[in-house]
Amino acid sequence: MSIITVQIVAAALIGIGLYGALSQQSFVMLMMGLELILNGVMLAAVGFWAYSGTGIPEGQLLTIVVMAVMAIEMALGFALVVAVYRGKQADMTEALEGFKH
Amino acid sequence: MSFVDLIFLICGAIAIFSGWRVFCTDSMVRASFFLLISFIAVGVIMLLLGAVYLGVALFFMMAVEMMVMALFMVMFMMNPAGLNPMKMVHQDKFAALAGVVAFFALSAVAVFGDFPDQPRPSDLDPVVTLGKELLGDSMLVFESAGVTLLATMIGVVAMSSHRGRYGDANAGSRPPGLEPGGMPAFSGDQEGSSGGHHHHHH
Repeated sequence: MSIITVQIVAAALIGIGLYGALSQQSFVMLMMGLELILNGVMLAAVGFWAYSGTGIPEGQLLTIVVMAVMAIEMALGFALVVAVYRGKQADMTEALEGFKH
Repeated sequence: MSFVDLIFLICGAIAIFSGWRVFCTDSMVRASFFLLISFIAVGVIMLLLGAVYLGVALFFMMAVEMMVMALFMVMFMMNPAGLNPMKMVHQDKFAALAGVVAFFALSAVAVFGDFPDQPRPSDLDPVVTLGKELLGDSMLVFESAGVTLLATMIGVVAMSSHRGRYGDANAGSRPPGLEPGGMPAFSGDQEGSSGGHHHHHH
């Protein structure tokens, strides 16, 4: 376990999450991709904190902020799903073509 | 190879494998549990790295969050149990390429980057220093996160509620016109609604 291996695991999580966020049609699966990206970001932040930050507490604070971002993303995402479902009876991103303009 | 290295390898493999399975499984409920497994493996790695509070907080937060997610899956999805094969993707090849490119670019930064070798001191108490930081120098950041969460709660309730204090949530709303000032693409009954409770099925 070194900073390189930890960052490679984080990079893999971010890559998989990016694939999911770009490719999934269902809103909830898309949000899972975003969650996976944030998962990798948190792991990378903790890795830097442990190996090259001399243990400064701001490194952990960054992870707490990312956790808050995660909760906000989840709540707002589900509210948007509910709002779109109520308006369009749809749970797929393709249903939002009309919102482009 | 030490015991810690072994645990790290296992947890890293579990985190990546279950993260990948999220987008391969037929069942959306199972997908949310794979995501939970991935988060728990990352939490164990955080514990190995010495971030005790963050690792444990991740366990609790993700257990609840994935339960909520599984609940929404059952509510919205046509195929929550995975009885039929399911693959709902668009721009699959481009997305896979983007993911692979992101992985290799970030890995290259990790491998070739020149990071300072300043490990945390072994006598550091991560929980105490984090607590002193949160309620000390970085209190403004911490409290801003709290206020943002409060604003999120209010916004979420406003966005997802059926009706507001003075009527339906979409009362009097009009879809944007196709061209500036023009007619909307869908002109439902925005003119003919004269009070009462309408159930719109668009």
